[in-house]
Amino acid sequence: MFRWIVWRDLILAWRRRTDVLATLFFFVIVVSLYPLGIGPEVQLLRRIAPGVVWVAALLASMLSLGRLFGNDYQDGSLEQILLTPQPVYLLVVGKVLAHWIVSEIPLVVIAPVVGLQFGLSGNTLALIVVSLLLGTPVLSMIGSIGAALTLGLRSANVLVALLVLPLYVPVLIFGAGAIEASIGGLDAKPYLLLQAATLVLSIVFAPWATSAALRISVE
Amino acid sequence: MLEALNLSCARGERRLFSGLNFSLRAGGALQAFGPNGCGKTSLLRIVCGLVAPVAGEVRWEGENIRSLGDEYFGAIAYVAHQTGVKDELNPIENLRIASGVAGHTLDKPEAQAILERVGLSRQRNLQARLLSAGQRRRLALSRLLALRARLWILDEPLASLDDDGAALARNLISEHLGGDGMAIIATHQEMNLSAGQMQRIEL
Repeated sequence: MFRWIVWRDLILAWRRRTDVLATLFFFVIVVSLYPLGIGPEVQLLRRIAPGVVWVAALLASMLSLGRLFGNDYQDGSLEQILLTPQPVYLLVVGKVLAHWIVSEIPLVVIAPVVGLQFGLSGNTLALIVVSLLLGTPVLSMIGSIGAALTLGLRSANVLVALLVLPLYVPVLIFGAGAIEASIGGLDAKPYLLLQAATLVLSIVFAPWATSAALRISVE
Repeated sequence: MLEALNLSCARGERRLFSGLNFSLRAGGALQAFGPNGCGKTSLLRIVCGLVAPVAGEVRWEGENIRSLGDEYFGAIAYVAHQTGVKDELNPIENLRIASGVAGHTLDKPEAQAILERVGLSRQRNLQARLLSAGQRRRLALSRLLALRARLWILDEPLASLDDDGAALARNLISEHLGGDGMAIIATHQEMNLSAGQMQRIEL
C-alpha cells in the first residue's frame, strides 16, 4: 500500500513536471543572485554562502508545499485516501517521501553546482550536499503540517509561511552551521548529528500532526 | 448493519437537521431526498466518518464508527460529488492506484474487466482530463466494483450520466443490494432500483 501512494505521487509529479521545475529554478535563481548583487569579493561570498544556500532551500521548500495536498484536496481524492482502512500516518509519510524526492532532491543535486559561484572548496561543496540531504526531509515533514492545516484556506501561502517558518529556524541554524564549520576548517560533525536528530524527530512526530490536521481540514 | 441515532448536523450557524434516526440492514437502501443545501451531502459525510455530527452517533454493527476507525473504512465506499479522479492518470491507473492505496491490489486484467463493465474500455489509456464529466462519473463508479465494500455511500450518483450511464449505475446498485450490500444515496431524483428494500428520508 505504501509503495502505491509513493508511486502515485511520483507519476503525478512527472506528468506535471513544470510545477516541479519551477521550484528548482527558484532555488537556482535566488542562490545565483547573491554573488551577482554583492560582487566578487571571495571572503564575503564565503561568509554568506551557508546562509544563502539554506535560506534559498527553505524558501523553495515553502513554495512547493501547496502541491503536497492541494491538488488531491481539490479533486476529492484526498478524502478517498483518508477513507481507506490504512493508517493515515503511513499515507502521509508516503506522500511526503514522494514530495521530497521530486521537490528537494533536485535542489540537493544542483546545490554544489551553484555553490561554485561562492568560491567554496570541494570538501565544503560535498558537505553542502550532506547537510541538505539531512535537512530537506525535515523541511518537507514539518512543511506537511503547515500544508495540511492551511488546506482550502484563501491566503494559504502566507499562513503556511507563518506556521512553518518558526519551526524551520532550527533546521536553518544547524544546516548553515554545518556548512560554516566546514568553510572555517572546523569539524562539522556536531552540526550534522544535530541535523540527523531533528530528522529522526520530525519523521516520528510530524506525520502524526499532519494526519490530525488533514482530518480537520477535510471536515 | 448501520444505525444512525439522533443525528444532528449544522453548517456554520445553520442547523441543517436534527433528531435523525434510521437503520440499514443487508440488502437495504436509504435514499435521502431534499432540495439543494438541505444537508444531504453533510449527512453522507457524517455517515462516512469524515465529519463529526453536532449530536448523536452513527453505529456500525453496534459500535460507534468514530471508535471503529479504520475497520469501518474498510467496509465502506464513498463516491462524492467530486469524483476523486486524478486528471493526469488514465482510467486503468486511476482504478488500480485507488484500489492499491485502499489495500486491494488489482491487476491489469481485473482492472480492464471492471472498466469494460462501466463502458470505459476504449478510453482506458487516455488521461482522465480528456474524459467527459459523465465518463469521469463512470470511472468513479468503477471504484465501487474494485473496492467490494459492504456499504456504498453515494452522493448524486446519476449526476452527469447519460441514459446508458444512469441505467448502468442503477444496475450496479441493484446488483450490490441483491448481494446483501447496503447503500445510502443522496439524490434529488428517484432512483427506481430493481432490488433492495428502500427507505426514504426527506431532509
